[in-house]
Amino acid sequence: MHIDKVTRRAYNIEPNMCWECYSCVKACPHHAIDVRGYADFAPLGHSVRVKRDEEKGVIAWRIKFRNGKKDMDLLAPITTKPWGQYIPQLADVPAPSQDQRDSQLLFNEPKYIRMDDGDIHTLKSNGLKMVEGVEAY
Amino acid sequence: MGYKTIVEDNIDILVAGAGLGGTGAAFEARYWGQDKKIVIAEKANIDRSGAVAQGLYAINCYMGTRFGENNPEDHVRYARIDLMGMVREDLLFDMARHVDSAVHQFEEWGMPIMRNPKTGAFLREGRWQIMIHGESYKPLVAEAAKKSADKVFNRICVTHLLMDEAKENRVAGAVGFNVRTGNYHVFKSKAVVVGAGGASNIYKPRSVGEGAGRVWYAPWSSGSAYGLLIGAGAKMTQMENRIVLARFKDGYGPVGAYFLHLKTYTQNGLGEEYESKWFPALEEMVGKRYLDVEASHVSHRPIPTCLRNHAFINEVNAGRGPIHMVTMEAFQDPHLEEIGWHNFLGMTVGQAVLWAATDVDPKYENPELTTSEPYVMGSHATGCGAWCSGPEDVSPDEYFWGYNRMTTVEGLFGAGDAVGGTPHAFSSGSFTEGRLAAKAACKYIDDGKAEGIRVSDEQINRRKEEIYKPMEHYKIYRNEITAGTVNPNYINPRQALDRLQKLMDEYAGGVTVSYMTNEKLLNIGLKKMKTLEEDLEKIAAENIHELLRAWEVKHRHLTSEAVIQHTLFRKETRWPGYYYRGDAMKVDDDNWHVLTVSRRDPQTGEYTMEKAPLYHIVEE
Ligand SMILES: Cc1cc2nc3c(=O)[nH]c(=O)nc-3n(C[C@H](O)[C@H](O)[C@H](O)COP(=O)(O)OP(=O)(O)OC[C@H]3O[C@@H](n4cnc5c(N)ncnc54)[C@H](O)[C@@H]3O)c2cc1C
Ligand code: SF4
Ligand code: SF4
Repeated sequence: MHIDKVTRRAYNIEPNMCWECYSCVKACPHHAIDVRGYADFAPLGHSVRVKRDEEKGVIAWRIKFRNGKKDMDLLAPITTKPWGQYIPQLADVPAPSQDQRDSQLLFNEPKYIRMDDGDIHTLKSNGLKMVEGVEAY
Repeated sequence: MGYKTIVEDNIDILVAGAGLGGTGAAFEARYWGQDKKIVIAEKANIDRSGAVAQGLYAINCYMGTRFGENNPEDHVRYARIDLMGMVREDLLFDMARHVDSAVHQFEEWGMPIMRNPKTGAFLREGRWQIMIHGESYKPLVAEAAKKSADKVFNRICVTHLLMDEAKENRVAGAVGFNVRTGNYHVFKSKAVVVGAGGASNIYKPRSVGEGAGRVWYAPWSSGSAYGLLIGAGAKMTQMENRIVLARFKDGYGPVGAYFLHLKTYTQNGLGEEYESKWFPALEEMVGKRYLDVEASHVSHRPIPTCLRNHAFINEVNAGRGPIHMVTMEAFQDPHLEEIGWHNFLGMTVGQAVLWAATDVDPKYENPELTTSEPYVMGSHATGCGAWCSGPEDVSPDEYFWGYNRMTTVEGLFGAGDAVGGTPHAFSSGSFTEGRLAAKAACKYIDDGKAEGIRVSDEQINRRKEEIYKPMEHYKIYRNEITAGTVNPNYINPRQALDRLQKLMDEYAGGVTVSYMTNEKLLNIGLKKMKTLEEDLEKIAAENIHELLRAWEVKHRHLTSEAVIQHTLFRKETRWPGYYYRGDAMKVDDDNWHVLTVSRRDPQTGEYTMEKAPLYHIVEE
């Protein structure tokens, strides 16, 4: 995005490298960015607009068809918790022991990786081995 | 040129590219390296960068071990079948045994993951996929990475890795430039995790003109994960294993939720089921080991994605297109209709835009599908990427050289698209691979393996000159512009990209040739690739933005050359529906039940190819 100093408007400097990802649309605090589908295959006269609200944890969409027959409002949650607060600061958690370092475990494991919260799956624990070649396929 | 040189020194772990793999690496590195200096260098802004910029509506890799759903080896078998046998099963097993811990943490952090009200387990879309409201997936994992990193450098296009001058084949950091200020950035680091993502736009896309950016994988996926690693002399694997996707036409909207959750299905232009009629001939072509129509029918063994593509492509070529997705039944249910739309708003908005613009209401009209141009990226349903070490408790000797997810260059690690042989990792698996790489990188440093690294000013200055050369070239020759972009002494980045896409398309099996190639064509392709390489030395950048495009096309070029070299090496048609070697149309297990491994000599540009043994996980 660049700003046109004369018209004082922002514009996409390279539309043919735009993914229509709407990241810029969501980020603009004034909802000033509109998207018009690509001229090559999207006829004029449609609209898809969006409002994302981190505080409320929702995103709201409005889709209008070219022929005016469909006009949809769709709402989805974007988070279930206050933004970012439930992500741990790993600099402050108790440091891993040498045993943990030497094991295959990652942070917070073996929580969640087993039905019984037991140790990590290995070939041995699961009764498996690796065999070379097509016969083993 | 008035650009500053900014040096960031004494880094322990540099994350080059922070998408799903890179954010996982930065997050986890802090735990194993609480006193270490962790730095991110990212081309865009990590809040929205990478393939997950728009969000996702599903997490495609989740075992559900906790709910008794699957074990890691089940997923390995699935990926193995889908890729016609060619996967790194040690890496896959390792990813699968950890991936659930990443997904449950996402939920703890606030990601809305849908639950099955009856069982309490995550709501399944398919056997491996769970449904999420993932519009904010990327900002969420970025938040985790920001909490862990000492510094995040956004808007840095990393162009090269720095190499240690004290010990051969050891990494020492990376360099790049700021795509806004133009400043030169030097990162001196003991270890580097490359998470710079896969490659879109190396084949001519079906999209044209203004819509040329509406490709399936993100247009900013510039093959940098491969370009950086190949440039540093790391070995690569399975680079021939590009992927072609059946997607909604023009918008490239994904079909996973439609098939699996909405239970929509495909038919040809005459309204007929068409897939099954192609399977008997396919069974002959690939052999019963990979497609046993009768057994699949009984056991519900999945049919490899490439083979389903083959049926699609052949049906269209037989004149019975277009292929339609039958949505009219499912969409009568208002709940399913809503999911259908949310699915696109959550991860491919452009498809919703397109349907609104063309008045396609899937409730009353079955939308068209198409097969895409090929893509090269190793985290989706395909396995291109670096030849990496596996974990010591799983990997056989040939797959193990010290540190998990370390490439064949010491201290240089990969995650996500960067790692080869690990298809079906997707978002959650890529994040998990980042975590694994970060733990291993910390151990590498703690073991003293990064002692005594030396980077000379000569290396730093040489790279600087190389990086800005396209701008110098422009300044020298701009007076010779005859009209617009026509110049006898340079090409601009767009022209280079167009040439690359055209030659990949025509010689290496793109859409205009129905994915067909052969040895002769590939050799011509390689020759043209060399002259393109020469012209890339004369690429001209008018400004910093074009400089970014220049380096992207250079990374794409390195990636593409590897694709051709690998395709040439593997003399068989291993994945009909992804590409065809017209001179070797059958699967040839006697000679090619192996992984392909390449190395490009950074000094000479010469390729060496080898076969690596293929190990399968079996019951004891
Ligand atoms: C349309 C689409 C739909 C998908 N659907 C699903 C789904 O439903 N479920 C699922 O689980 N997965 C899905 N995936 C797959 C998932 O997005 C990828 O597997 C995952 O993002 C790969 O992670 P990565 O870290 O390798 O790459 P990315 O996430 O793409 O990250 C690469 C990062 O590197 C940066 N970068 C690139 N070049 C440079 C450079 N030169 N210097 C510095 N930084 C650089 C990029 O800006 C980016 O931040 C989908 C992907 C796409 C494109
Ligand atoms: S929609 Fe996405 S790709 Fe297009 S200009 Fe905005 S941020 Fe860039
Ligand atoms: S963020 Fe919005 S208001 Fe601000 S310059 Fe960009 S488009 Fe204009």
